Amino acid sequence: MNFITHLGRYSLMLKGMIAKPENAKVYWKEFMQQCNDIGIGSIGIVSIVSIFMGAVSAVQTAYQLTSPIISKSTIAQIVRDTVILEFSPTLVCIVLAGVVGSKIASELGNMRVSEQIDALEIMGINTKTYLILPKITAALIMIPLLVVISMVLGILGGRLAGNSSGILSYDTFDRGLMENFNTFNVWFALIKAYTFAFIISSIPAYYGYHVTGGALEIGRSSTKAVVVSCIMILLSDYALAALLL
Amino acid sequence: MIEFKNIKKSFGDKVVLDGVTHTMETGKTNLIIGTSGSGKTVLQKCLVGLFEPDEGEILYDGKSFTDMTQEERTILRREIGMLFQGSALFDSMTVEENIKFPLNMFTKDTGTQKRKRINEVLERVNLKDANKKFPSEISGGMKKRVGIARAIVLNPKYLFCDEPNSGLDPVTSMIIDKLIKDLTVEYNITTIINTHDMNSVMEIGDNILYMVEGKKEWTGNSKDIIFSDNKPLNEFIFASQFLQDAKNMRMMEAKGEVPEEVK
Repeated sequence: MNFITHLGRYSLMLKGMIAKPENAKVYWKEFMQQCNDIGIGSIGIVSIVSIFMGAVSAVQTAYQLTSPIISKSTIAQIVRDTVILEFSPTLVCIVLAGVVGSKIASELGNMRVSEQIDALEIMGINTKTYLILPKITAALIMIPLLVVISMVLGILGGRLAGNSSGILSYDTFDRGLMENFNTFNVWFALIKAYTFAFIISSIPAYYGYHVTGGALEIGRSSTKAVVVSCIMILLSDYALAALLL
Repeated sequence: MIEFKNIKKSFGDKVVLDGVTHTMETGKTNLIIGTSGSGKTVLQKCLVGLFEPDEGEILYDGKSFTDMTQEERTILRREIGMLFQGSALFDSMTVEENIKFPLNMFTKDTGTQKRKRINEVLERVNLKDANKKFPSEISGGMKKRVGIARAIVLNPKYLFCDEPNSGLDPVTSMIIDKLIKDLTVEYNITTIINTHDMNSVMEIGDNILYMVEGKKEWTGNSKDIIFSDNKPLNEFIFASQFLQDAKNMRMMEAKGEVPEEVK
């Protein structure tokens, strides 16, 4: 199957999921379940990755900034901007593509192979709306929230590592955080987070929903979904940077 | 009643259904039989709209299913119950939640009404004390019964069963067959069953469509099938020695040749 065919089927899937829910209460329950799975379920890994990402960023920046004419508070600025601009939205979303993306693809793939999707269709339920829309909307709400949490934890990680390694004091770090702060960076990170959230949820949903075969194909489609999502995240990361910065 | 006329379906160059025409009658167990690859599952999937036929017409009580819009089909599908080969129960839900799902989605019943209906259908399929269990915790036969309970919970007009006996022992198969037959008569529904289980054919075959390589080869009921001289059908039946013996016995019985002690 070539790229154009995939793109066409992907677009049709997105178009097909925009429909009036059969029962808003059931959809709301499903949406909340997805918010829990995607958001609360990923908070642990996001926290660990963010704290260490900030900590490593502080230590490595200090290692490279050897000039005595550059203030120590610059380390905090660099940590802040790299975490907000790149590490939190991009790195965390790549991790989430693995965690959330593979879950979505394998869950839908398993439902397809075991005829659960057919069972829903027979009941007269629009499966694209019921199964895919709550996942995408939940991802669009929870992933930017996770990115914001990641920004905070990343900076805190850098602050902690900077102080505990004796590179710079908490006061110096805090002063550096407030110097030359550009609020657009946060908006830019959120634009990226929304874009990546859509990629992380819709691409694995596409691969999972269209699985044919058995258990082996579920694994394959899950892997493919993660790989394609990661590539799309990196491509759109570059495109957004080129367009907006 | 479901009528279908000249149904054709191909996948690439492979012709799977080649002009199948038949009528499925209300209040009867309508069987589609044939060897693996004969096209019976594809035919059933065409009838419920999971596959679009390339040609032909499907009529549900005189209304053309093929010409219906997606919205009209969605409404019709709420009158269809289906038991899948692997039961297709939702893994993340308990038995009770599986049965409750269509009620939650399509009715405005209160919690008490829903519980009452769930208990009714569970009792009807002889399943007790399994409400809180997950599909992974129950046997194949129980899964089929939960699948049937879910399929009938909204009082469907049409019940489709894809290989209801696959993977079940003969005793459980007979129980499932009897249950489907009883439900068909009790609720006066049009039941369409895909099977290659000859015991089912003999026991519940009110209206049988025998298919060979995507074509209608023979039609009749469980009595006609015994005396049929259709060669492919006989080969299909005689695949089982036990069934051959049973057929011989019935033919002897018909001719009055069975000794009293055997009877």
